[in-house]
Amino acid sequence: MEILMEYGKAFLIGGIICAIGQVLIDYTKLSPARILVLFVVLGVVLSGIGWYQPLVDFAGAGATVPLSGFGHMLAKGVKEAVVEDGLIGAFTGGLTATSAGIAAAIVFGLVIALIFKPGDKS
Amino acid sequence: MAVDKIEYDKMMKKASPNSKAYINIPLAFIIGGLICVLGQFLMTSYEKLGISTYFSGTVASITLIFLSALLTGLNLYDNIAKHGGAGTLVPITGFANAVVAPALEFKAEGLILGLGAKLFTIAGPVIVYGVTASVIYGIIIYIFKLV
Repeated sequence: MEILMEYGKAFLIGGIICAIGQVLIDYTKLSPARILVLFVVLGVVLSGIGWYQPLVDFAGAGATVPLSGFGHMLAKGVKEAVVEDGLIGAFTGGLTATSAGIAAAIVFGLVIALIFKPGDKS
Repeated sequence: MAVDKIEYDKMMKKASPNSKAYINIPLAFIIGGLICVLGQFLMTSYEKLGISTYFSGTVASITLIFLSALLTGLNLYDNIAKHGGAGTLVPITGFANAVVAPALEFKAEGLILGLGAKLFTIAGPVIVYGVTASVIYGIIIYIFKLV
């Protein structure tokens, strides 16, 4: 039962975060690229003021899989690095914490783009 | 810049194929929610396989990025995105799709300024503003001794 609750919470919070994105697409002129940037920056800000970690504790992947979770990882990494190393941590922490995701996107992006042919977009 | 504008418009179209908000928003909720459930399933499974809680989220993200890149290469992610809208855009899979799709499309323009550069069409701004925001946050908490 506990595992079902976990999935339910991930579905609920992840769904709500995506629905907010859809509201922005439908009711504002924001392009998807701007929405992605907005979600990452919002993730940093919400993490910074301490609101995002409780959401992660509650919803797990429901809060970490949306791109706001990427922003949260940036801020969390910076915070830990500042505690550890001082001011230099402000510069090292973010990319260190998110390096796996960025490297994966770059490498898989490159390999897939090399292997496959552009599809018919129509 | 002109190319970027076209790129954005194309992404925009993909994410909002019709303007019926009462259909789009629930669909984004359901599909986005399901992608997060898949992420949760991966995290839980990796933890069962003995990967520490600290890394399970990261490995789940890498898996989702790989799956999304592959589905984009197979031209399947776009088909899901037609219905999912923000539900397929906002999760990390949408980010991976935004990395692969322009790289694939502009491959013909060469490996360096085509594929290599276009890989960052969307990822570039996301990383630029995300990292900048986090550095500002770090400087603030350092100066005001908030940690």
